[in-house]
Amino acid sequence: MSDALAILRQGRRRRWRRRLLVTGILVALALVLAAALLMLGNTIYPAQDVFRVIMGEKVTGASFAVGTLRLPRMIAAVLAGLAFGAAGAAFQTMLRNPLASPDIIGINSGCSAAAVTCILLFNMSGAAVSAISVLAGLAVAALIYLLAYGREGASGRLILMGIGVGALMDAVVSYMLLKGSEYDIPAAYRWLTGSLNAMRMDEMGSLAIAVAILLPLALVLARSLEAVELGDETAHALGARVERTRILLILCAVGLVAFATATTGPIAFVAFLSGPIASRLVGTGKPHILQAALVGAALVLAADLLGQFAFDTRFPVGVITGILGAPYLLVLLIRLNRKGSSL
Amino acid sequence: MSVMHRYVVEGAVVGYGRVPVVHGVELEVPTGQVSVIIGANACGKSTLLKAMARLLCPSQGAVTLDGQRIDKLPTRALARTLGLLPQSPIAPEGIAVADLVGRGRFPHQGYLRGWSSEDEEAVAEALEMMNIVDLSDRSVDELSGGQRQRVWIAMALAQRTDILLLDEPTTYLDIAHQVEILDLLSELNRTRQTTIVMVLHDINIAARYADRIFAMCNGRLIAQGPPAEIITEELMREVFSLDSVVISDPQSASPVVLPKTRVKHQPTDCDARDCTVTSAVDAA
Amino acid sequence: MPTADAAVNAASAALPAKPASPAPASFSARGRRRLAVGLGLLALLLAAAASLAVGAREVPLADVVRALFGSEPYSFSELAVRERMPRTVLALAAGVALGVSGALMQAVTRNPLADPGILGVNTGAALFVVAGLAFFGISSLGQYVWLALLGAFLTAVFVYAVSALGRGGSTPIKLALAGAAATAAFSSLISALLLPRIDVMNTFRFWMVGGVGGAEWESLLVIAPLLAMGLALGLAVTPALNALALGDEVAKGLGVRIGWLRLAAAAAGVMLCGAVTAVAGPIGFVGLMVPHAVRLLTGPDQRWIAMLSALYGAVLLTTADVIGRIVARPGELEVGIVTVIIGAPVFIAIVRRYRVREL
Repeated sequence: MSDALAILRQGRRRRWRRRLLVTGILVALALVLAAALLMLGNTIYPAQDVFRVIMGEKVTGASFAVGTLRLPRMIAAVLAGLAFGAAGAAFQTMLRNPLASPDIIGINSGCSAAAVTCILLFNMSGAAVSAISVLAGLAVAALIYLLAYGREGASGRLILMGIGVGALMDAVVSYMLLKGSEYDIPAAYRWLTGSLNAMRMDEMGSLAIAVAILLPLALVLARSLEAVELGDETAHALGARVERTRILLILCAVGLVAFATATTGPIAFVAFLSGPIASRLVGTGKPHILQAALVGAALVLAADLLGQFAFDTRFPVGVITGILGAPYLLVLLIRLNRKGSSL
Repeated sequence: MSVMHRYVVEGAVVGYGRVPVVHGVELEVPTGQVSVIIGANACGKSTLLKAMARLLCPSQGAVTLDGQRIDKLPTRALARTLGLLPQSPIAPEGIAVADLVGRGRFPHQGYLRGWSSEDEEAVAEALEMMNIVDLSDRSVDELSGGQRQRVWIAMALAQRTDILLLDEPTTYLDIAHQVEILDLLSELNRTRQTTIVMVLHDINIAARYADRIFAMCNGRLIAQGPPAEIITEELMREVFSLDSVVISDPQSASPVVLPKTRVKHQPTDCDARDCTVTSAVDAA
Repeated sequence: MPTADAAVNAASAALPAKPASPAPASFSARGRRRLAVGLGLLALLLAAAASLAVGAREVPLADVVRALFGSEPYSFSELAVRERMPRTVLALAAGVALGVSGALMQAVTRNPLADPGILGVNTGAALFVVAGLAFFGISSLGQYVWLALLGAFLTAVFVYAVSALGRGGSTPIKLALAGAAATAAFSSLISALLLPRIDVMNTFRFWMVGGVGGAEWESLLVIAPLLAMGLALGLAVTPALNALALGDEVAKGLGVRIGWLRLAAAAAGVMLCGAVTAVAGPIGFVGLMVPHAVRLLTGPDQRWIAMLSALYGAVLLTTADVIGRIVARPGELEVGIVTVIIGAPVFIAIVRRYRVREL
């Protein structure tokens, strides 16, 4: 008995230490990238100038470039990354499928379709579009859930319904783009490819509040997710409230995705990539929503740096993350081939 | 060590959607003993077990534990008394054995309460009972079928319930591993007086390990009692439409069914007609 | 393995078990098929006539007939009909091709959700076309048909490979997810190529929504040989597909060389949908819906499914095109959008029909 206890304690402590280490490194990485995003640009400002601007001092030149242009951009990147990363990991863990992230199963498409329709058909703009897009994201998620609900084992059907509804939403977007007037198209495109351009501080409020409320809630729910992950029957047997956990977690994740999409547009594949990357880093054993959120933030920051400075053309962040998704699919393919495990 | 319970199925009608699969089963599980539910394919035995574990809710009748309907009890409280190992549980990819077994502690933990030394002890004990301490750091994906099944049972053990339900715990295992798993379970029953209810396919294995057999046919309970008393050639014909010779095992004196030949194209005797309870001898 | 069972179940649910060499069809089955063919032909005729008659200028049926068989155009009506003829022909041909392509892909993958749209083939073709437009200054249809075909083929293979790996082979869920993920990745690549090139973006915006409105005889001629080859090859392999429906091992036991069969059927399927995509842009869900609907009429015989899918594919696409012209007057709704609006609910209905274990 004491032997077994010792072995167990040792193993658990080792895994816990790795988790802590990975979390720490991810936080550090995100901070470094965030600092780089503030320092780099047409004019490169040294770290101390950036620090003074953040502290509220007036620095000629830097106050505008850093304080007004780069700071909101950095904050949007961090918040959207956290939101997409956490939401993706929550969906993937809950649906037990590394491909089942909200951006793949149509929720982003719902937000985008609503926003594009508002802009092109009803000539709306600003906060109203964002609000409607958040509502549309929730409505699409509810629709998918209701369509999939009914008989036993809703997760598999949930994924397929999401893809079906997503196709419908994409058709709406295509149609709107085709019919919209040329002048409004650029405004609409912002909703199709995630971009951090022209962020303003006053646009951050709703997303910041959403992340502050929903991310901790998702972390609390992760506890029940440990049981839900084992299949509905086992989870019931362990006394978890499967349906309640699932609905709350979907609400949380969809809320995060919708608010983030409303602010930055759908930054492709961040939700899809963050979870698997986090799980590779921490190893499995517990849901890794927090780590995935951090990976998401680091990904968005890094992709934005690449998009701004690595090429002749400035690419919006969503294009860069989207391109990262293609090789990841290949990696997934090779890894599965080697291990022979299931998706 | 284990507390005695009164665990009763009261006229339960259970089904999927509107089609009932189990038609009004009445039974009382003998606590502190090993019970096995047997029956032909699709006779409703797994459905009954799921209703007993509260995975399905009876449309009529009820399942009660110590006089209270189990669907009215708080879920976590029930999960501390009543455990279930489903037929095909799902292991998250790459999870370590110790972590998977640790998930069995879920009903003992709150949203705020972290991992306690009691949790650690329960996991250690479960691993030891299943002889898988040395596997504790391995990934569940890498294990063989027999090892994996022991890990799942260890998870159910870590739950430390007085009653443990298992749905075909030996499917996909060869005969040696079947015996190994069932030996471990009967040892658990002896040392901790854990009440065990399981669904088994192999009638001879069931007869060997059960204190009490519940025989089902077409959604009804048609016989119950100790194996030596109720496993007869007649019951085999009724349940499986199988002609057989029943002899006594020289080692354990439990009955052994030797099939003769299958009755051809003849519907099961109790098909649609009334199912007479052949020998409902209650020896408890 | 339970997952492997599930995959087999999915297959047998899509194509209910039947002996490899079809038993003599009972009268009722034969009657039903005849009825299906008869009704299909009638519907085809009506749809084609409507496609010629309906539009910005309504043409009476008599004038349609006169325009078709008369020698000289007499009136504006008849001119309008002549203008619409390539469009009608393209709608019919695209419908035939997409219907057969869907039937072939569903049979080869033994997966009820296989469809060029779901597999991401359309986006793959689009990516290659955009790359051609952006990097190689490709402009003639003759050149980008081949790019679209190459893109379609590579994407189909890629997506199927992603979905087929791992435990349980290619289940519908894995296939759909792999297709959706590939679509998302390729869409990003397309944006990356398009953003610096406003000129290309404007050409592409219209191509990206499937439509048959811009059809010309010239473009039809380019893809005609491909369609003919794909159809011939596709119909030739259907008897062997009946054996494949019973599973790889049984098919091998029946003497089918499954490697070649898969390759031939997939090549035919991709040729058909790739050629259509090159001319008309991505038109989703026709290949998904039609074989499912047809299977209800014919039962599981692949030969009948393929033939009737051709017939009803043409009916569906032509009708969708006519509907698109009627509902959005004075403009029109591109056929690719109409088919998605009809198709997505059908997709959802199909998914609801299958039990989860089979997914």
